[in-house]
Amino acid sequence: MRSWLPHPVLSLALTLMWLLLTRFSLGNLVLGGAISIAAGLSVARLQLPSAPLRNYHKIVWLAAIVGVDIIRSNIDVARVILAGPDSPNTKSGFMVVQLRLRNRNALALLAMILTATPGTAWVEYDPSSGRLLLHVLDLVDPAEWQNLIKNRYEALLMEIFE
Amino acid sequence: MTRLDLVPLWAAVPVAILLVIGATLALLGAVGLLRLRTFYDRLHAPTLCTSWGTAATILASMVMFTTMSGRPVIHEIVIGIFVMITTPITLLMLGRAALRRDRAKDPTMLDEGARLPLIERDDGTKEAAKTLEGDENAPQEAPPQPMGN
Repeated sequence: MRSWLPHPVLSLALTLMWLLLTRFSLGNLVLGGAISIAAGLSVARLQLPSAPLRNYHKIVWLAAIVGVDIIRSNIDVARVILAGPDSPNTKSGFMVVQLRLRNRNALALLAMILTATPGTAWVEYDPSSGRLLLHVLDLVDPAEWQNLIKNRYEALLMEIFE
Repeated sequence: MTRLDLVPLWAAVPVAILLVIGATLALLGAVGLLRLRTFYDRLHAPTLCTSWGTAATILASMVMFTTMSGRPVIHEIVIGIFVMITTPITLLMLGRAALRRDRAKDPTMLDEGARLPLIERDDGTKEAAKTLEGDENAPQEAPPQPMGN
């Protein structure tokens, strides 16, 4: 089974996408299935670092947290933009977070979450020291951001990946 | 008269609200891109469009066409997933390119985090958690002046 279906989750997701984009029919199921198996085989050739996930149900929880946080930060960033660049209440800047997370896939996911969330942008990560340089639009309380990233995201990602 | 009449009121109202939210966020993102001062600040503005700007528009489209055609239309979700995955990659590259440019101008700027105070929370103690007001204002407002002259 491993030899012809090296990435079952990826292939399943691709098949689902195929069926979403086309009208559901047996022919499309067969065609989409064949394409996603071929895609899984070619991805296997890339020899990506495998990511054995520990807690599948935690991913749902993470997605929910991120969804809510993105709504909140949308409102915050909208307020900052409306207040204008000269508003005395907003102050942007860089901050450093010391990460314990080392798994590459988990770091990629964290980078995606932080950058997709309005108000925080992942700028640089140093793998040897584990230091992450962030740019934050609303840097009133750096400790609060620190707390958010370390206790909310990093802890959960470590449970999922490590 | 038109196909829009097929959409009942209970669906039309949330669709309209979601569309207005999505369009407003997209507009704000564009305004932010114009109004914010530094490059790093402007990195944050487009994420308004790509996060809930996109999500609200997609939700509106899903509700609208599901009620109109009488079968679940959810393929818009694929757009959402791909926008969500691809935008951070572009923004990350832009941010890193800007940092590299600024370091070339001023090698001490944000040098490996050496000048940045580190905020540690692992052992429960909170070390001096002040950010870099000095660093932030100095290098970013200084460069434009020599260029203007």
